[in-house]
This record gives sequence, structure tokens and C-alpha cells, in this order.
Amino acid sequence: MPRTRWEPFAELWREMENFRREMDRLFERWGFESFGWPELGLGYPAVNIWEDESNVYAEAELPGMNLEDLEIYVTGRNQLTIKGERKAPQVEKGTWLRQERPFGAFHRIITLPVDVDADKVEARLQHGVLTITMPKCAECRPKKIPVRAE
Amino acid sequence: MANIAKRQTRGEVATAEPVRTVTYSPRVDVLETADELVLYADLPGVRPEDLDLRFENSELTIHAKVAPRGPEGEFVLREYGIGDFYRTFTISEDIDADKISAELKQGVLVLHLPKREKAKPKRITVKAE
Repeated sequence: MPRTRWEPFAELWREMENFRREMDRLFERWGFESFGWPELGLGYPAVNIWEDESNVYAEAELPGMNLEDLEIYVTGRNQLTIKGERKAPQVEKGTWLRQERPFGAFHRIITLPVDVDADKVEARLQHGVLTITMPKCAECRPKKIPVRAE
Repeated sequence: MANIAKRQTRGEVATAEPVRTVTYSPRVDVLETADELVLYADLPGVRPEDLDLRFENSELTIHAKVAPRGPEGEFVLREYGIGDFYRTFTISEDIDADKISAELKQGVLVLHLPKREKAKPKRITVKAE
């Protein structure tokens, strides 16, 4: 795999982070935090994260929700919080033949791979997909070292 | 690494290793009332023009195309996969196919399947002598 930046411990760090997150999710799911329905707990929603030179991006699938129902903020420069409640449809009569969709309150805290500028975080919700764009703090961006030819 | 990614999807909407060509089964709720069946399906990332709904021989098919999202390269963290949605249902109720209506808002499909007149329960009036 070609890596353009020299990050000797990046792979290891990612593996450890992923493992830690997975353990968190496991305990959030079965542990103390999320007991009782309809609390979705700390492991919802599932999140994808990626980055480019200037931003970190987080994406989550939250169908049927509006931005007003969500609280999104970054604290401590690298702790992203996504909070909200997904409400079940209100029906007066009828019988549920199938109920597979998750509902309830959720609260997720994600540690970002780098520090970001908390004041410039932007969130967009389109067709039930939440995309959060977080500009990396100026000193965290990769620096280009100019190479002079003699 | 692949194993971690796979387990982390935790069946959110994902059922397989997230590869671009993989198809996912959407989560649904189905409500039955005296007059109709109402199906709610979570289809995040689907626009109305990408959704193909069919009802034929009491079989309902939901097929939605989802454009790839995310980085061109690696994810820092990948807990779910992105791909098309596909699911079929066999409906045992007698549905009036001409009156089926559907709406898709914020990635949630609400599909109304009205029952045919004769399938609706009839109230039998009991006369007292």
C-alpha cells in the first residue's frame, strides 16, 4: 500500500484505536450504559471516518431524522459528540407485523485521529445521511517541505 | 483489519463485508390495519429517482441504488458498508395494486398497500330477537 506521508506508527495506532472502539461498543451495548429499551445507547449510530489533507470527515446513517433533532459538537479538540433521539412513527391503530428499525435516544462520543477546529465544524443531513466536516487545526495539517535543487 | 470492520457493522443495515458491489437488506417495520398494510423502510442515502418499487403476483420488491460515498482511499474507521438496497416480500393479503402509494423522505420509505374491499373484515351485525 503506497503511503505518501511518513507515519511509522499510524497503522498500529489505528489498529489499537479500532480495538479500543470495538471494546467500547461491546460494553456500551451489553454493559451498564444502554440497559433498557428504547435507549439506543452509546454505540448508535455506526460511524465511518476518513480524512484528507485539510479535513476529517465523519458520516452516519440517520434515516428519518432532521438536523434540529441532533446535537453535534467537538470538545477537547478531538472528541466528537453526536446526540439525538430517533422517534418511532406515531400510529393510533393497527398491529406491528415486523419491527426491525431502531428507535430511541442515543449519545455517541468518538475520538478523532487529529485535533480539529471546533468552531468551523459543519454538518449536513441529506437523504438520511449525516456528514460532518471538521477542518484540521492549522498545526495538524501535513507540512510541505520545500526541496531546493542546487 | 477486515475482521474488525466486519464485526463493527453490527448489522446496522449491513449484512456483509462492505465492498462497493455488495447489496444490503434494508430494515423495515410493517403495520397492519383494517384497511391497509404500511411498510416503513430505512433507506439512507437513497433519492426518490434511485428507488425501484415493484408489486407483482403478491411479491413486493424494493431495489434502491446507492452511489458510493466516502474516501477514495482508506477509512480511518469503517463501521458500516455502503451499497445498494434490495429486499423482497411475499404479501399474503389481497392488495389493491392500483392504489399502492409510496413516499420517500429523509431516507425513509413509507409504502401504503391498501387491502382490496373483500379482504377487509366485515362487521356482522347481530340482531336481537
